[in-house]
Amino acid sequence: MAELTKDGEAVDPTPSAALDAPVGRGEPILQVRNLVKHFPLTQGILFKKQIGAVKAVDGISFDLYQGETLGIVGESGCGKSTVAKLLMMLETATSGEVFYKGQDITKLSGKALKAVRRNIQMVFQDPYTSLDPRMTVGDIIGEPFEIHPEVAPKGDRRKKVQELLDVVGLNPEYIHRYPHQFSGGQRQRIGIARGLALNPEIIICDEPVSALDVSVQAQVINLMEKLQDEFNLSYIFIAHDLSIVRHISDRVGVMYLGKMAEIGTDVQIYDHPTHPYTQALLSAVPVPDPAAREGRERIILTGDVPSPANPPSGCRFRTRCWKAEEKCSIEVPLLAVPAPFVGKDTPAAHESACHFAEEKDVVHVH
Amino acid sequence: MTIIDKTADVPAPRGAGDHEGPLLEVRDLHVEFHTREGVAQAVNGVNYTVSAGETLAVLGESGSGKSVTAQAIMGILDMPPGRIPKGEVLFRGRDLLTMSPEERRKIRGSKIAMIFQDALSSLNPVLTVGYQLGEMFRVHQGLSKKEAKVKAIELMDRVKIPAAAARVNDYPHQFSGGMRQRIMIAMALALEPDLIIADEPTTALDVTVQAQVMDLLAELQREYNMGLILITHDLGVVADVADKIAVMYAGRIVETAPVHELYQRPAHPYTRGLLDSIPRLDQKGQELYAIKGLPPNLLKIPSGCAFNPRCPKAQDVCRTDVPVLHPVTEQDGGELPGRGSACHFWKETIHG
Amino acid sequence: MPDVTNTAVTPEAAAATPAAPQLSKKPEKSRSLLQDAVRDLVRRPLFLIASGIIFVLLLMAAFPTFFASADPQLCELSRSLQKPSADAWFGYDARGCDVYARTIHGARTSITVGVLATVGSALIALLLGLVAGFYGRWVDALISRGIDIVMGIPFLVGAIVILNTFRDDDGFRTGGIWGVLTALTVLGWMSMARIMRSTVIQTKQADYVTAARSLGASTGRLMFRHVLPNALTPLIVLATISLGVIISVEATLSFLGVGIQEPTISWGVMINQSLGRIREALHPLLFPAGFVSVTVLAFIMLGDAVRDALDPKLR
Repeated sequence: MAELTKDGEAVDPTPSAALDAPVGRGEPILQVRNLVKHFPLTQGILFKKQIGAVKAVDGISFDLYQGETLGIVGESGCGKSTVAKLLMMLETATSGEVFYKGQDITKLSGKALKAVRRNIQMVFQDPYTSLDPRMTVGDIIGEPFEIHPEVAPKGDRRKKVQELLDVVGLNPEYIHRYPHQFSGGQRQRIGIARGLALNPEIIICDEPVSALDVSVQAQVINLMEKLQDEFNLSYIFIAHDLSIVRHISDRVGVMYLGKMAEIGTDVQIYDHPTHPYTQALLSAVPVPDPAAREGRERIILTGDVPSPANPPSGCRFRTRCWKAEEKCSIEVPLLAVPAPFVGKDTPAAHESACHFAEEKDVVHVH
Repeated sequence: MTIIDKTADVPAPRGAGDHEGPLLEVRDLHVEFHTREGVAQAVNGVNYTVSAGETLAVLGESGSGKSVTAQAIMGILDMPPGRIPKGEVLFRGRDLLTMSPEERRKIRGSKIAMIFQDALSSLNPVLTVGYQLGEMFRVHQGLSKKEAKVKAIELMDRVKIPAAAARVNDYPHQFSGGMRQRIMIAMALALEPDLIIADEPTTALDVTVQAQVMDLLAELQREYNMGLILITHDLGVVADVADKIAVMYAGRIVETAPVHELYQRPAHPYTRGLLDSIPRLDQKGQELYAIKGLPPNLLKIPSGCAFNPRCPKAQDVCRTDVPVLHPVTEQDGGELPGRGSACHFWKETIHG
Repeated sequence: MPDVTNTAVTPEAAAATPAAPQLSKKPEKSRSLLQDAVRDLVRRPLFLIASGIIFVLLLMAAFPTFFASADPQLCELSRSLQKPSADAWFGYDARGCDVYARTIHGARTSITVGVLATVGSALIALLLGLVAGFYGRWVDALISRGIDIVMGIPFLVGAIVILNTFRDDDGFRTGGIWGVLTALTVLGWMSMARIMRSTVIQTKQADYVTAARSLGASTGRLMFRHVLPNALTPLIVLATISLGVIISVEATLSFLGVGIQEPTISWGVMINQSLGRIREALHPLLFPAGFVSVTVLAFIMLGDAVRDALDPKLR
């Protein structure tokens, strides 16, 4: 174990993000507790009756600290985008709480909600659909100021918009252009500028680079990191690309079928995963290095993700898990530090929702 | 098991017919699109070859011309607005571009098949999967409905769809994304083609399913000894299955190499930039290297080397002279088979 | 490897690349989608022909005397049913009125009724469609069923009932321009409202609307700033096309004798009057009927051209 710990330290350039993660960072800026979102399935036209529910998010808890990036990964249908919508108050949670600086924002409405929105902003996945095609770039980035006039007095707005364009690396002269005159990467910069306009503390990024070309992805990722340092932003970075998530995140949560399977620092999750799903996910990532690939163990899962309308009993991953035993179908595993690692000073001692948690390094060549 | 018996009937080494040499050879292919804004030069002189049993990966970003080249090979390019002003596509030594539409139709599907990215929109939603699979046999081999269905079930078994006999009458929407992509593969395999062109076959799938589908494709290719052209933007997927790689940029091939060498020692600044810009899974890096600027506008490709405005090594010569695909050698002049780089400064890039 | 990494370019440097590639062709100032559409339209022959015809028709409606010097109300029985001649290009009708003059003067009524009824029903459709599509749930259910109910009314029955409520005190004459306008508006908005509703539902789900919502935009801003401008195109197209149809429907009502009536001149009225003597002379029917057809065709062509120009998918 000592060797592994050493490894982790050597690899991680920011020790603060390593093993002692949440400790000593003060109060979390965002606390999510038992967040649930069920979409009802109804039948009938006139008299609708509920025949079931898609359990998109089914009891998720995590914290976000000032200035950190929390990555959330998972396959399609795991509920990661629904989490983003719930945090943005774009969907109403079925139950559970989201505390922003101690205040439960799921119960807010009207003026109070509008005030909170100033501090939590979003960057969307598709830069082609997230900008109103009939508005100029100046209007798009200036819209936050029109909605929240207290942020910038009328006369200042044009200057502010140009400053924002400059901050995201676009020519401030572009203010009169329309979105269709820009490339995908430039549009995403416009989207980021809009997200920054109100000086938020938290930015929720839902797959912000997956629609971009590889050569442009790196530009946008670098920009986001630069802005984080400059404005002390906290990011929730939702993505399916595990390499990018590792690069940008301090901590990472792995979701499967509406539940959090494992959460920890990037070293804990990537180098010392203990949940079988995380291990399978990591081992399946195609690595752009044939030499490294041949030394890696690959776990190929069978079958597909079950439907969230009818998830398996007990552990949701059991239908695809090679470790599954009877216990897994009866008892729902809780997200906690697994018993074998409790109290031990090892990177494997992080929260993992598995009855048979076991450390296994799948990304490094042995 | 019947399938295996069947493959035994096929003349032993595939492609040992009238033609020696590569299965497919693309020579100096040009494709342009006439649009309202002008002429978009999508493909500007592409050359590559694929032999039986070989996997060629064509790597490129959107607008690099990788898919358009494949469409030109398949003969499914929309013409107009597309036009092929120049070039040859030799399949077993015969030029597909000069063939009659009837001849081409016969080759398409039975000799060259294609797998698309979006399986859902490539399958007809109102026909059962079994019917669509069987159609290939009814049309090309004149089998009866009953025989075709038996064949369809065999194929579904072949691509490892569980309970094939029970699911043969299901409709496409009743299958998951991964299963639909398997059905697409089954369809492409139906007539045991010599060459399969797979255009981003796993891009729409989740990582865990991606691995399953890529493995299946590689396994079937080995078994049938087919040529495979894998078109993708994902450097990771390529690394897993390809034998050789052609990197495209602005409608040209800028680098070719056997798969291992490309990743170890790229000989073109664009390839190197791409490799450096991908974050690593096994360690946390510092700031990512980012290729500056934007992908080129096909209506107005920069003069000289198309990559020059974004290239860290660009000199005056790069802005005036279009670099040809230089054969890449070791520092001492030792040959590196299969390697080429369309860069004036390839020596500095690989050895510098 | 290190030499490449050292030259790593920050986004600012990347932005120094002069202009977006799409723009590198011409350093044009901002071109909106609408301007794009107009540039596109001007190059379409279909649009040019249609707008040419409509322009002439509008001129006719505005300045009829400029086109026809003869008095449309001056009728001399002695000229009854005279064939077209250099003197009277379209001949005379049964009562000896100049058909050409009447056709030209009839354009005003027909086109005014057409334009006003279209604008009226488009406004109703816009409002109801926007509200139904945007709010959804019970509001949508209510409005949608309302649309179904109005659509279930047979047009002619509905029109006759409405026109009867506009009956003069003497109970003899129905309608008049206002009656016809009301009937056409009240019974003409449903399909437009349906189109509006479905495009609003579609637009409402767009990411840019979600983005505005997450900024805390008010309902009014979402509706009028984001959804409405982006959902308007199909309505405009449909309205343009139905303008032509409404003109022909007005002619139908007048022809049936329940719409506009003498002394007001409209193409429908003229067609109606020509029927009594149709075996003796066809020309009093053919000319106004031809004008109705050409007008309807022109508006439908215009609608088609506008749709093609505004639809980015067809580019």
